[in-house]
Amino acid sequence: MSELDLDALIDDPAIRIVVTCGSGGVGKTTTAAALGLRAAERGRKVVVLTIDPARRLAQSLGLTELDNTPRAVAGVGGDGRLDAMMLDMKRTFDEVVLAHATPEKAEQILANPFYLALSSSFAGTQEYMAMEKLGQLHKQAVASGDWDLIIVDTPPSRSALDFLDAPERLASLLEGRFLRLLLAPAKGPFRLMSTAVNMAMSVMNKILGAQVLTDVQTFVAAFDTLFGGFRKRADKTVALLREPQTAFLVVAAPQNDALREASYFTERLRQENMPLAGVVLNRVTNSEATELSAERSLAAAEKLEEADKSPLTAALLRLHADKMQQVVADHKRADRFKRGHRSIPTVEVAALADDVHDLAGLRLIGDLLTA
Amino acid sequence: MARLHVVTGKGGTGKTTVAAAMALALAGQGQRVLLVEVEGRQGIAQIFDVPPLPYVERKIATGVGGGEVFALAVDAEAALLEYLDMYYHLGRAGKALDKVGAIDFVTTIAPGLRDVLLTGKVYEATRRKAHGKLAYDAVVVDAPPTGRIGPFLNVNHEVADLAKVGPIRNQADAIMGMLRSDVTRIHLVTLLEEMPVQETLDAVEQLEALDLRIGSIVVNMVRHSPLDDEALALAVKEKIPAAELTKGLRAAGVAVSKELVATLAAEARDHAVRVGLERENRDRIDALGKQVTELMLQPEGIDHGALIDLAEEFRG
Ligand SMILES: Nc1ncnc2c1ncn2[C@@H]1O[C@H](COP(=O)(O)OP(=O)(O)OP(=O)(O)O)[C@@H](O)[C@H]1O
Ligand SMILES: Nc1ncnc2c1ncn2[C@@H]1O[C@H](COP(=O)(O)OP(=O)(O)O)[C@@H](O)[C@H]1O
Ligand SMILES: [Mg+2]
Ligand SMILES: [Mg+2]
Repeated sequence: MSELDLDALIDDPAIRIVVTCGSGGVGKTTTAAALGLRAAERGRKVVVLTIDPARRLAQSLGLTELDNTPRAVAGVGGDGRLDAMMLDMKRTFDEVVLAHATPEKAEQILANPFYLALSSSFAGTQEYMAMEKLGQLHKQAVASGDWDLIIVDTPPSRSALDFLDAPERLASLLEGRFLRLLLAPAKGPFRLMSTAVNMAMSVMNKILGAQVLTDVQTFVAAFDTLFGGFRKRADKTVALLREPQTAFLVVAAPQNDALREASYFTERLRQENMPLAGVVLNRVTNSEATELSAERSLAAAEKLEEADKSPLTAALLRLHADKMQQVVADHKRADRFKRGHRSIPTVEVAALADDVHDLAGLRLIGDLLTA
Repeated sequence: MARLHVVTGKGGTGKTTVAAAMALALAGQGQRVLLVEVEGRQGIAQIFDVPPLPYVERKIATGVGGGEVFALAVDAEAALLEYLDMYYHLGRAGKALDKVGAIDFVTTIAPGLRDVLLTGKVYEATRRKAHGKLAYDAVVVDAPPTGRIGPFLNVNHEVADLAKVGPIRNQADAIMGMLRSDVTRIHLVTLLEEMPVQETLDAVEQLEALDLRIGSIVVNMVRHSPLDDEALALAVKEKIPAAELTKGLRAAGVAVSKELVATLAAEARDHAVRVGLERENRDRIDALGKQVTELMLQPEGIDHGALIDLAEEFRG
């Protein structure tokens, strides 16, 4: 069981991409922002790509303008720099279309109702666009030298694994047999199609109406030119994620669900040959007075209550007893996780009383991450 | 009286748990209840500790008052084939669609269609008759999270816009009619934390703009403070009297040190800050003017016993 040394990680000039992942609400965005700030204040040129920051955190990072490009964060000390941006999924998708299709084709695609559905609500598009944006930022970093460290937050998926699977799902949907078949009539003679397809097409026609089917076909035909590019870029970004310049940080809270997800995720990264730096166990309850156990604290409170003495002390003792129960439960789960993953470096971050919503809070989390 | 209860909330706030507890609470009043999940996650099976549910309604619990809870995991693909067969008598053609990947494609690329099917199934179950009376007294839906609940419930309105006439239009109108009527209530689950509360407020606004009715806000995982308001105020101001604390600890037989006194006061301050945040969030919820139900944090986690306790809190 080793300690995760995050200062060494962010100080290592060979590390150029850090990805925070984990299940929803565990602190991925917070960790990404805190590490970004710390790295910048230690002299690196950092860009943080956040996905869904809490409102007040977004404000403190200056993420009020949603223009899908990184902006300098005000109030950062030291001689590095910190830029931050919030992912606009639809806009990223639109930009891809605009950049890779002829103007007429792009216009056709952007106005198509199926494109609108796909780009704004297809499960997985957000994950895919996060990858796309990472690819773009990386290219820009290499070309311009604006940044030497990219920190990427991942979407609030119900399961941490969605992040790795989504691009494949989207790509295979776009390359799938059915889309190919829909394309066929636009390209080749109908008679080449099997009876099954013919039947399928006529049913679709009957149910969806001719207009809808035409829309799908136009969309598919227009999109066709993009398929190759989509796939190639996704593969490139995935390859980038396997390089030693990348470090994955899995974030988990000391709850069974989140730890289970973290286990799956670390295992999956191993299978995918993706470099795992370690696991951040976030929001772990701590106490400075662990010598006073929950049981003894509660017994002491009861003693005071029975004797009708100092209700204030009794209340504080009850509070401490609750806290100690939580401390024991959190550490039990955290320790079990560590024992089950001895080769994975971990670091524990205490649960703060307040939410993390300004640079001071982020600095504090940064200190805890590297303590 | 409302018979269709739709439970939503930010991810991880306890939608599945609350839906299950609500179903048990209704069964406890002797009702025959159907608990439905629509996200293909087998959350109900997990929470009741039974094998994964097939696309069939089956009994999973019995209420004390003679009521029963049935569960159903709706599968969009199966529902699509069922639907096509019902309206178009497809038979073999339905299989052909499945074979070329059309079903998969359509339900994936057009999330709206998925929602049409899922809400369609909920509608069918809610109004189903058996032996001349309603098959279920109540239907509880473990619905998609707040980020997707508006489009999910409103999808039939969109369909009605697309299909001007015909059976699809009629079905869409009927579903929308039920969802907007007295029969349906939407319950929002939240924690007293910034992000879930913000999502709740946004969702209430969005749902009401769609003419949908909010039933209640369920504040989940509530903890009661052992400190009264006076103690909380002292704690926030870091004015817990060290002398009284020292004396109190001695009287309680605890080995006192300066550090212990300082730590207990600091823990009280942190706690009071948290409570302050929770109260701010609670005020934002109360300002909505909706019915609020509190469910206590179950320190040992959720098992069958904890679900029954939560069900009792529901009944008040
Ligand atoms: N009142 C409670 N006391 C203690 N634990 C709870 C309570 N309510 C829910 N939980 C726990 O919180 C976790 C999340 O609950 P649940 O799965 O019901 O949320 P959900 O909103 O359905 O999540 P998802 O968005 O992933 O579907 C579970 O581990 C559950 O056991
Ligand atoms: N160590 C911590 N102590 C206290 N609050 C925290 C801590 N880490 C995260 N939070 C809070 O938890 C909430 C969820 O964190 P967030 O980073 O948005 O999670 P995720 O990105 O994984 O969904 C935020 O309100 C954040 O301020
Ligand atoms: Mg996040
Ligand atoms: Mg759930």
